[in-house]
Parts: sequence; C-alpha cells; structure tokens
Amino acid sequence: MNCSRRKVLKGTGGMAVLGLAVAAGLFKPGSAWAEWNKAAFDTKSLNDAVKALGGAGATESKDITITSPDIAENGAVVPFTIASKVPNTAAVAILVEKNPNILAANFEIPQGTEPWVNTRVKMGQTSNVIALVKTSDGKFLYASKEVKVTLGGCGG
Amino acid sequence: MADPMKIRANMAGDKVEVKVLMSHEMETGQRKDAKGATIPAWFIQNVTATHNGKTVLAAEWGPAVAKNPFLSFRFAGGKPGDKVVITWTDNRGEKRTDEATIA
Repeated sequence: MNCSRRKVLKGTGGMAVLGLAVAAGLFKPGSAWAEWNKAAFDTKSLNDAVKALGGAGATESKDITITSPDIAENGAVVPFTIASKVPNTAAVAILVEKNPNILAANFEIPQGTEPWVNTRVKMGQTSNVIALVKTSDGKFLYASKEVKVTLGGCGG
Repeated sequence: MADPMKIRANMAGDKVEVKVLMSHEMETGQRKDAKGATIPAWFIQNVTATHNGKTVLAAEWGPAVAKNPFLSFRFAGGKPGDKVVITWTDNRGEKRTDEATIA
C-alpha cells in the first residue's frame, strides 16, 4: 500500500489527516470494508439476490416507498428515492428486475442515519424496480414499482 | 486521478443532509466499441461516508449506478462546522477521498 505517499500528497489540513487516518484504517488489505459482494451483484432474480445478501426470502411491505418518475425518458439516468419506515432498517438495496444483473446498489444504514437514500441508476428497459430492505434482525422486506423506459441505458 | 467529488452537507431540521456528486465513468462492461470489442467494466464498488470517524453510510455499488453518480442521504448527530468525509473505491482499485464542512 502506498498510503504514506497519499498522506504526503494530500495531508494538508488537520481534518484531512484525520480523514486519511480513518481511510487508512479502513483500507487495510483484507479488511471487510474493501470486500465487494460479487455474488450478490452477479444475481439475476430477487430471490437469488436476497440469498446472496444473507436472507432466506423477502416479503412485500407497504412501509417502503419508491419515488421515481413513472416514465424515464433516458434509461441511463433514472433518479430514485427509497424511504423505509420499517423499524430497525439496516440496509437498503435497489434492484432493477430486467437489468443484466438485478442488484444495482446496496446501502448499509448505520444507527443514526435515516433510512432514506436518493441516487441515480441505469435501466436497460422498462422494468419493475425493487427496493429491498434488510432489518437488523436479518429480515428482508421489499416494495416494487414499474418504471417505463423510453431509451435504454445499458447497451451501446 | 479522478476529479474531486462535489459534496454539500447542510442541516435539514435536526439532521444533516449530504449530497454528493462523483465524477466517474461507471462503464457497465456491456457496451461495445466501434470495433465490436467489449469495453471493460469500470465502476465504483464501495462508497463510505464518515462523520467524526463514525461511518454514517456504507454503500456497495454495481455497474448499474448511473455515470457520474449522485447520492444523497441524511444522518443525525452532526452540527454546523463538522466535517463529512466521503471515500469511494472502484473496481480498478482507484480511490478518492473528499470532505465537506456542514453548513
């Protein structure tokens, strides 16, 4: 690791050094943080994705809301806001059913952070979008919404 | 080296609302170039946000996150003047860390 080099390059302010110290701690080779759940991102269906994320199955819930356009003109940039009222929400994932790989993003929500995320994803074609919530006791809940796509954002 | 992130952190009631705009290609690995060769995937895999050394959001992303990703989230316990530090790592191992002061 060339962390020390980065420190020299970027350690200008006091807080920057603190930030780098945190980063250096997190980036130790083999630390859990640096791992990326490849298995989950290779899945093709909701059930497989839930299994890869460590659950047995997911049930539908009305406590999760997906805010997005009903018709997305450009599938390359579709904004989504996922909000969960499920008690003890520990993680929120966005899944696009008809994308080549279903899982788009998975957010871990520590205590103190609102179960609310807003981001933009790509959609290859008109599809159901699923918001999957994991609770701190390992239950999985989901809500889905169909978003129509006029122009796909995956192929060339 | 990738371009800096644009980060805004503002108080929204008693919580801090953070908005981040990252500069990244987010290549899916599905597209082909003019010669028909697949363009290899290149995308941000991990994003973490910390406030006073405590992680306030950790994300894992796939290539389906849009180009030049935007992310917004809210957390409690911050106050004006505190720093929010955000780091991403992509699948080529490139990293970028930027910070913002809560306004």
